[in-house]
Amino acid sequence: MKLQIVDATLRDGSHAVRHSFTAGQAREIAGRLDGCNVPIIEVSHGDGLGGSSYTYGFSKEDPFSLIAAAAGAVKQAKISVLLLPGIGTIADLSRAKDCGASIVRVATHVTEADISAQHIEATKSMGLMAVGFLMMVHMLDPDGIAEQAKKMESYGADYINLADSAGALLPEQVTERIQAVRAAVKIPVGFHAHNNLSLAVANSLAAIDAGAGYIDATLRGLGAGAGNTQIEVLAGVLQRKGIETGLDFYGLIDASEQAVAPIMLRPQIIDNGSLMLGYAGVYSSFLLHVYNAAEKYHLEPRDILVEVGKRKMVGGQEDLILDVAYSLKKAQQA
Amino acid sequence: MTNLNKIKVAVIGPGNIGSDLMYKIMRSDYLEMAMMAGIVESEGIRRAAGFGVPVSIQGVSAVVRNPEIKIAFDATSAGAHEKINAPALKKAGIIAVDLTPAAVGPYCVPSVNLEGLKTKTNINMVTCGGQATIPIVNAIHRVAGAEYAEIVAAIASKSAGPGTRANMDEFTETTSRALEVVGKAEKGKAIIVLNPAEPPINMTDTVMVRVKDRTVPFETIRNSILQMVEQVQKYVPGYRLRVPPQMDGDKVSTVVQVQGQGDFLPTYAGNLDIINAAAIEAAEAIAQELLKGGDGK
Repeated sequence: MKLQIVDATLRDGSHAVRHSFTAGQAREIAGRLDGCNVPIIEVSHGDGLGGSSYTYGFSKEDPFSLIAAAAGAVKQAKISVLLLPGIGTIADLSRAKDCGASIVRVATHVTEADISAQHIEATKSMGLMAVGFLMMVHMLDPDGIAEQAKKMESYGADYINLADSAGALLPEQVTERIQAVRAAVKIPVGFHAHNNLSLAVANSLAAIDAGAGYIDATLRGLGAGAGNTQIEVLAGVLQRKGIETGLDFYGLIDASEQAVAPIMLRPQIIDNGSLMLGYAGVYSSFLLHVYNAAEKYHLEPRDILVEVGKRKMVGGQEDLILDVAYSLKKAQQA
Repeated sequence: MTNLNKIKVAVIGPGNIGSDLMYKIMRSDYLEMAMMAGIVESEGIRRAAGFGVPVSIQGVSAVVRNPEIKIAFDATSAGAHEKINAPALKKAGIIAVDLTPAAVGPYCVPSVNLEGLKTKTNINMVTCGGQATIPIVNAIHRVAGAEYAEIVAAIASKSAGPGTRANMDEFTETTSRALEVVGKAEKGKAIIVLNPAEPPINMTDTVMVRVKDRTVPFETIRNSILQMVEQVQKYVPGYRLRVPPQMDGDKVSTVVQVQGQGDFLPTYAGNLDIINAAAIEAAEAIAQELLKGGDGK
């Protein structure tokens, strides 16, 4: 099978625009990606179905209407949604299917694969493609990750995606993780990078060299923290490397420039906060919440980030950034 | 030896929840542990037998054969409660205190609505996250109205047994509904996160409520919350506010933490402790009603 590039601009990119995507933007971006032969397009709140909340940020428009808009704009691409058990439910999944989604990526923290059984099984019973998505893979050794991947395979996952959610891995660490999971399961393996240490494209190449069959990327790299693997860059690099993807390189460059750049709220760069995410191993989606808390409590964002790293907070615990900031402030005043 | 001032109770389901309940029942002034029932030989059954508690692996059928048992705690699963245990207990006239998310009977959060539930034949203890957060939501509702209530429950991975892990949706859906039915929020949303950090984290819950009446002074809301916390502490000694109430526009938020009593699992398992402490509080109130009525003597 040809290397499959999964575009997550309308999902991970949702963090970078503070969940302000409109149905019109979803239609425009999905339509362009489809025209550039991107085979899978993910659309969801950044924290998956059910993510619209105080904790993760409210979506400006009903996330289901974005899924329907994207599904209505594509000819060949499949629409994927992300679901974190504990946040989204099977009822959400069923609604996403009605809106046109045909792939569900069920995401858990890297040590908690067994909470995905209910949702992977439900996805399969609805006749959809299911992906076991392990987050924060820098926090577990390769053999441990392989054990967790095997569980997801046993529930019926069609492929396993490893997410470096903190953008903390170095290329050789990606290689050994992809290799360990490939050796343990019979289904394909994918990779999702964050660019916090400026390694997203390099880590994606390491994953491909180690045999990954699916790679996540976004237009302009739009995503949490310093963003994801930039899809138009990846398309160019893979062309230079002679790896066939079928992607329209120029089309993606145009989509990035014309459809994404104008709606960005901030440049997708490695600012100090993003760098600290990768360095301290912190979930990338925490960044904007940390900036908010730092402003409210008059603290340095990096002090909050380091404390969050020390407490080993996992994806989904955005609520406790308030707790960390409050304790730091109290300690300062003491 | 039979204690005439106590009501005999059974626990169905000798897992983490059931074993912790047993310790709490053995401390109770009103409840007597008369049976631990499971459906297979297990560590939990052996542990109970080791304490001299009568045990059975015939599940609810053993419980209903003992006419002295008046209350049964169900710590099995939603499916088992709904299909097997609840109907069998009802037929035998045994009051069910349901710790599964089945919710056959009304939701019970002792600090909020126990008063009206003492004579019910089946009550449901919602979820651990519900027991920790619904009192706060209700405390805000009673002074300022609650348009929307959202809670995030973080529990240590080690304290989440296979039952919890296989039923994530039941947790979020039951808790969301109870935020509305008992907490009185117009719309409820519950999120659960498992954290594998070592040493294990204490159970921590964030509560965020959009108030309806923005003219109510924050002081009034804060006092209502603090009063409610004291109510909960009467039956959950390790319950406290980690971050005091804060107000941003129309949003009130606070973070609660539950340190367990360390009965069966270590103190980080506040999730286990709070739902069981609430179940015991409810069962003791029911037992006192029964004792008043002359039952059980």
